[in-house]
Amino acid sequence: MTRLTATAALLAMLSGCDHGFRDPSREFGPEVSDDAPMHRVEIHHPTTLGVADTPVTDAAGRPIGVACETCHGPTPDLSWAASPERPESFHEAVDLRHGTLNCNTCHDSEDRTQLHLADGALLDIEDAMTLCAQCHGVQFRDYRRGSHGGMNGYWDLRRGPRDRNHCVDCHAPHTPAYEPVLPVHPPRDRYLETTEAHPAEGGH
Amino acid sequence: MDDPSRRTLMKAGGATLGAAAFARAMAPITEWAADLSVDEFLQRHYKELTRDEMDAVLRRIEAKTKEEYGADVHVEDVRPTPGVQFAYALNLSVCIGCRRCAKACHEENNHDRATNNSYIRVLEMSNGSLNLEHGTVTYDHEVPAPGKFYMPVQCHQCDNAPCVKVCPVEATWKESDGIVVVDYDWCIGCRYCEAACPYHARRFNWTKPEIPAEEINPEQAYLSNRIRPQGVMEKCTFCLHRTRKGRLPACLEACPTGARVFGNLADPDSEIRWVLENKRVFVLKEDLGTQPRFFYFFDQ
Repeated sequence: MTRLTATAALLAMLSGCDHGFRDPSREFGPEVSDDAPMHRVEIHHPTTLGVADTPVTDAAGRPIGVACETCHGPTPDLSWAASPERPESFHEAVDLRHGTLNCNTCHDSEDRTQLHLADGALLDIEDAMTLCAQCHGVQFRDYRRGSHGGMNGYWDLRRGPRDRNHCVDCHAPHTPAYEPVLPVHPPRDRYLETTEAHPAEGGH
Repeated sequence: MDDPSRRTLMKAGGATLGAAAFARAMAPITEWAADLSVDEFLQRHYKELTRDEMDAVLRRIEAKTKEEYGADVHVEDVRPTPGVQFAYALNLSVCIGCRRCAKACHEENNHDRATNNSYIRVLEMSNGSLNLEHGTVTYDHEVPAPGKFYMPVQCHQCDNAPCVKVCPVEATWKESDGIVVVDYDWCIGCRYCEAACPYHARRFNWTKPEIPAEEINPEQAYLSNRIRPQGVMEKCTFCLHRTRKGRLPACLEACPTGARVFGNLADPDSEIRWVLENKRVFVLKEDLGTQPRFFYFFDQ
């Protein structure tokens, strides 16, 4: 042992802090190999993609969704849309508040079952995130780096998989602004209790 | 004469009074000890325990939880993974102040139900200010409110932790992966650490936590979310019972906006490293030199 390490050991003993473990084998948990196969990162598949809300509502008042292919596929089936609703008024329920965009900015005017990118290339509705990324590149970069959008599962992909939100899980494509919510779980610390002598001033 | 002498009477009276006074004087100790078994009283410091002793302690805690709370729980001694250095970052540009992280913490960490206790406190602050004294935690209106931003505060797992330094009995220390822990069975409840923490991150168990059996999270660790005894300190442990097994902390999973980024500082490809290298990052009360492992950042 060099003089330096001996001195350091002595100092540690005298200072009385940073004691090690009596049984050093207890100090660490199992090692995780860097060669371990990486688990998958799965992006959630939203049920709202490729489905349009109809003016018809279910018992709970929610609009009934119809897949694009129902009317815009190769063999349109419009039987569900029996009068009084005319097919042209079908999409009127869409509340579009997304900058200056209109329908054809994202939906292909020829093939209504598909989206198109700014350069005109067709895109499956499944791949909508690529379309979002055209304008929201910074958010998409942050998303790919794990600093935008909620996730669940494992931080360590060597030990387990991770599930990630899709853009439209939080941002409805037609009204993407995040809706305000009421906060949950109010704090009830004892010092927050209001008394006449000590009116609550928020506290911190 | 058969009558007892005056001296005998005095002796008997004195002895009775003495015994009563002694019992009265000892009452606090016997009442206190009613909740403490001999094994618990003789238990050594966490770092002094052998594996067998630790196992016995864990089984005793499980049995006690069953007896006192009616819940079957599994308590482990979860240790750090070699090569892992934890850090946390929070994006103030997207946090909306919904407090779902605080709720998730409350449920994950078996906090007392009546007090709504949580290791996370969310401050509502006015735009343009970082003065914590003007933050409020009791807001109950729709969020985010105009002109406000929201700042969740929890344990910063400081590398130079004032709370660890002031502990007179070494009941709290920093572990090799960066997490500051408390041995609840060694803590004497002096609350020096609570006073020393500049982030107001430590909590004291004023009462024995009350949680219905069906709400108790059964996956527990000795140093984290096992139900704490009355009269000891507790704090955020970055959910070490989850994170040391590779999982994300409960508060991160609960966040609906993805404001929270967690990971391994020692891994150059980790999400947390990308944030620290590419975002406008700051730490709270940097001037105190606490060197937190908890970072805040803005997108713009």
